[in-house]
Amino acid sequence: MTGRVLEGIRAVEFGQFYVGPYTSEALAYFGAEVIKVESIRRPDPTRWFGSTGGPDPKIIILTDPNKSVGFNELNLNKLSVNLDLTKPKAVELAKKIAEVSDVIVENNRPGVLDRLGLSYEAIREVKPDIIYLSASCRGSTGPERNYAGFAPIFGSLGGLSEITGYADGPPAPPIGGRTDIVCGTANAFSIITALIHREMTGKGQYIDNSDSEVISCLVWDTIMDYNLNGRIQTRRGNKDDIFAPHDCYRCKGEDDWISIAISNDEEWRAFAGAIGNPDWAKEERFQDAYLRKKNEEELDRLISQWTISHTKYEVMDILQKAGVAAVHSFSSKDFFSDPHLKERGAFTEVEHPVIGRLTVMNPPWKLSATPAEIVRHAPLFGEHNNYVFGELLGMSQEEIKALMDEQVIY
Amino acid sequence: MADKALEGVKVLEYASFVTGPYCSKLLADLGAEVIKIERPGGGDEARCRGPFLNDIPHPERSGLFLYLNTNKLGITLDPETQTGKKIFLELLKWADILIEDKPPREMEGIGLTYDKLKEINPQLIMTSITPFGQFGPYQDYKAYNLNIPHGAGGGYLTPGGSPNAEREPLKGGGFFDDHIAGLSAATVTVIAFYHRIKTGSGQHVDVSKQEALMALNRTEITNYPNMDTIATRVVGSSALGRRPPPCQNGYVQIAALLDWHWVSFKEFMGNPRWAQDTKFDTLDGRSEYGNEMNDNIEEWTRGHTKEEIFHGLQGRGVPTAMICNAAEVMSSPQYEERGFFVEVEHPEMGKVVCPRGLGILSRTPWALEHPAPLLGQHNREVYTRLLGYTREDMVRMREAGVI
Amino acid sequence: MSEKALEGTKVLEYASFISGPYCSKLLADLGAEVIKIERTGVGDEARRRGPFLGDIPHPERSGLFLYLNTNKKGITLDPETQTGRKIFLELVRWADILIEDKPPKEMEELGFTYDKLKEINPQLIMTSITPFGQTGPYRDYKAYPLNVVHGAGSGYLAPGGSQNLEREPVKSTSFSDDAACGISAAFATICALLPRWSTGVGQYIDVSKQEALMAMDQVELCQYPNEGKVASRKVDPRMAIRVTPCKDGDMMIIAMDDRQWKGLVSMMDEPEWTKDEIFKDILSRMQHMGEMLKNVAPWAMQHTRDEMYHTGQERGAPVAPIRSIEEAANWQQFKERDFFVEIDHPKAGRISYPSAPYKLSKTPWEGGAAPLLGQHNEEVYSTLLGYSKEDIVMMREAGVI
Repeated sequence: MTGRVLEGIRAVEFGQFYVGPYTSEALAYFGAEVIKVESIRRPDPTRWFGSTGGPDPKIIILTDPNKSVGFNELNLNKLSVNLDLTKPKAVELAKKIAEVSDVIVENNRPGVLDRLGLSYEAIREVKPDIIYLSASCRGSTGPERNYAGFAPIFGSLGGLSEITGYADGPPAPPIGGRTDIVCGTANAFSIITALIHREMTGKGQYIDNSDSEVISCLVWDTIMDYNLNGRIQTRRGNKDDIFAPHDCYRCKGEDDWISIAISNDEEWRAFAGAIGNPDWAKEERFQDAYLRKKNEEELDRLISQWTISHTKYEVMDILQKAGVAAVHSFSSKDFFSDPHLKERGAFTEVEHPVIGRLTVMNPPWKLSATPAEIVRHAPLFGEHNNYVFGELLGMSQEEIKALMDEQVIY
Repeated sequence: MADKALEGVKVLEYASFVTGPYCSKLLADLGAEVIKIERPGGGDEARCRGPFLNDIPHPERSGLFLYLNTNKLGITLDPETQTGKKIFLELLKWADILIEDKPPREMEGIGLTYDKLKEINPQLIMTSITPFGQFGPYQDYKAYNLNIPHGAGGGYLTPGGSPNAEREPLKGGGFFDDHIAGLSAATVTVIAFYHRIKTGSGQHVDVSKQEALMALNRTEITNYPNMDTIATRVVGSSALGRRPPPCQNGYVQIAALLDWHWVSFKEFMGNPRWAQDTKFDTLDGRSEYGNEMNDNIEEWTRGHTKEEIFHGLQGRGVPTAMICNAAEVMSSPQYEERGFFVEVEHPEMGKVVCPRGLGILSRTPWALEHPAPLLGQHNREVYTRLLGYTREDMVRMREAGVI
Repeated sequence: MSEKALEGTKVLEYASFISGPYCSKLLADLGAEVIKIERTGVGDEARRRGPFLGDIPHPERSGLFLYLNTNKKGITLDPETQTGRKIFLELVRWADILIEDKPPKEMEELGFTYDKLKEINPQLIMTSITPFGQTGPYRDYKAYPLNVVHGAGSGYLAPGGSQNLEREPVKSTSFSDDAACGISAAFATICALLPRWSTGVGQYIDVSKQEALMAMDQVELCQYPNEGKVASRKVDPRMAIRVTPCKDGDMMIIAMDDRQWKGLVSMMDEPEWTKDEIFKDILSRMQHMGEMLKNVAPWAMQHTRDEMYHTGQERGAPVAPIRSIEEAANWQQFKERDFFVEIDHPKAGRISYPSAPYKLSKTPWEGGAAPLLGQHNEEVYSTLLGYSKEDIVMMREAGVI
């Protein structure tokens, strides 16, 4: 163990929902001290979102900001302070925190922090080498800079929704926080490269990330087809350009599926052998990649007849042993009984002082020298007012109390 | 000339297709010097994948390859030959970072494990990107771009808003999921490099594509142990809409999540009578009565174009999208004004438009200065100038199938 | 545009490296339309063989490949895939001639035996070029250019004039022996065209490289059954024909019949030793060739190659300089006969090639560049065979083409 990578780096987060919070959570995994700035007048809305749980969950609005399981998952390892930024004194305090920090992360609508007096230019005056990242749906410049969006919105604007879905169905925007966390990862990447640059040159910078641009970058191969050939790609389910079989096939059980992809003739022969060399697998129309693709519909039908009589675990086991890429479609339940993820330690637990014991996902990378870690639950609302204002900024208990009474620390 | 964030960082790429190459492209586009190793003969798999310029298949005309390999130096090398392995190790001595995507067994087979490599280059950062990571019972399992999103649980959730589970789960479109794994690997790689700047130590970074994608659905996944809820693509009723409502000329996506979004939305629709019902006034209400609400919304959207709805609702602060296809992405005035489209001049393909990069960095901008390398384009530069082989050596090594 | 001898003749080449490609090059250079099949991805083996233009190894810069594949159309195809096999058969239907060099077993496994192919194209001429032919116990043996030369006995004869058998038999540095097999196969193939033109009959030509090369040394080989003499590279030094060093290089000096001998004697200004009894007639001279060369040597060292060459040839002596490749390329004789022609190639640029080893007055040789890997895929697959653009993309991604 040679220490945590971002030990000594302090980041201030003015974040909400997923993108901003995940950006700074990724930094916190590596030991950065992340201070999340919120106010009871405008807390991170995720704090209010709850669920009834169980097999048929309903969204509920929470009344306690410390009870959201989702918030916990996105704000691990962080600290929380309260500042009502509509008050000039609070803005001054925010600047004081920035002065002793290295990174700012924010994902408000472009212009919001500027109006509050916390623009990049304003922060740079107190901390010249600050690295300041703004993330928004469309970026902080351009005619659509004020357009807002959550994951399904920028997923759709970036070109992802159009190409995701059944060939005969409507576009399928991503579920949950998928694309949010992708954008958060892209933000963390940019911040680290800026930290590297600062380490080398002593210079900070402003980073303006557009969530929809990030998504476009990740589907550019399909956009390239338009640029090169004028072809507009659309939805095609699980299908591939050329590989067949290449789909999810129903297995024994309820909503149980196996994904099977075969990329060459060797795998095809291995597949045929593994399923007992049925006569149809020897037919000429399936003997090379081009023919399998041409006769895909029939091929899919025949494969389904085999998979339906086996469990998804059996199929994955039989085919992987034969060297065929087959992975079942994991439901969230499956992850917690999976031997592989268990051995890799994909999950851990944190003790949340209000909610109790919670399972959280570990950072998805294994570093041999400086592992990324989850060391604490998401902060309770304002949990670190004393540490930040007292220890970090050197204010006395009286001063802090006075500012609380004035609803500056609020 | 602007500064480059990763100026002077030396990267060796021994990877193919999408994930590994995208990972090192992200470093190359920020100024790292990337030497990409391709198999002699056929080269990177992406070279035989479309889209091909004018649909004419050719290893130097693949748009996929061109996009994923900008700014790199390309050499051919077969590390499975004895000489190839020796050269690989010479390059490794040169490199700060190795990015590889080979099955763990294959790397072991040719003696290129991290433990061996760090003897040669103690400061090396080695980023290994494989379907299931370097250890664990599935370490040798095969998985293509189809299998990973299903193994990571994202498939089970797609397409969201399905009326039932009759139909199969889906992967994301294009090679979206593969790109994400590449981005995830690039992120942890620069973190490891930052650590190296501070301390001088390298390390082995084990990236499991499964876990990289699981991280995206972390909140849905942990809902099982924490809330006893199994998230699925079947959504009975939702405030965010079942699926994108169809409109006159396509689809839109409206996310009236917050209460004030809903008020603006109602106004924009002209405050129809159904929307006056107070049961829709809260998020939990809109969720509970989502089906009824969405039926009504769809009836309204069908009467409008996606442009009207998109700009009209966004103008009132309601998070809304029109669902854009490639042509619409390419004609976005927003992208245009932000300089998102960059032309790259390629010797075989001419001018090709690529995206600028993941964002705007004020001091160290993304720069697409060089097109993807032709197969073996930089053999001479690397083998003679960098490693000191003679031209004759190069000819012999080519004839021997080493390079 | 002049007429071409083999205009309209359609050749399918499923061959690689030297012999097969050279065989069909000879037909292509005479105007036949040759479609060359190369392996998907890497292509012809010659592409990874030097000499490379500027010593930069690149599949489109191999001088060997560029030379051996002029005037052909190139496509990529893997006949080992099911679809590739089907396309191969479509091309066989199109072709008049198939030239192939695959091991017999491989062709059998693919179902590409002559018997099968003639069902598809009854008039087909199929020329198979393999190390040991299609029959006999060695038919499945492997042999590279090295092995073929030695298997044919030519290696045993080289280097000729060795004093003893201490050192190993050798082959020449170039691939000339493999090229010779190609010429041999091309000749047989053209011979088969004649009856096909008159009667429409196709046939199968089984070329064993071993036999093709043996035929070149048939005089020496037949000394054994006829005279009981085993020819070898070892020659009695008194008889041995050797290279003679001179002032600026080496010469080949031979004098057999009386006219040649007189010319040689005159070239050297009639030195005393030429009057010796042992040089009095052709038989005696042949038996003392070594002796003769020993006597020529001191004189030769006083003269240059050009002096000897021009004076000797003028006076009827068959003497010739040993030229380096560079000298040969710049030789005035070649220049005047326009032996070297320049051909443009999209990757290798404009470089010089040897033209045909013959001059036909009515149907002269014309040079066209070797194909890039898969250069004519579109022309062949869409125009000739009628596949759609989409099919072509799919077949590429499937590794068929």
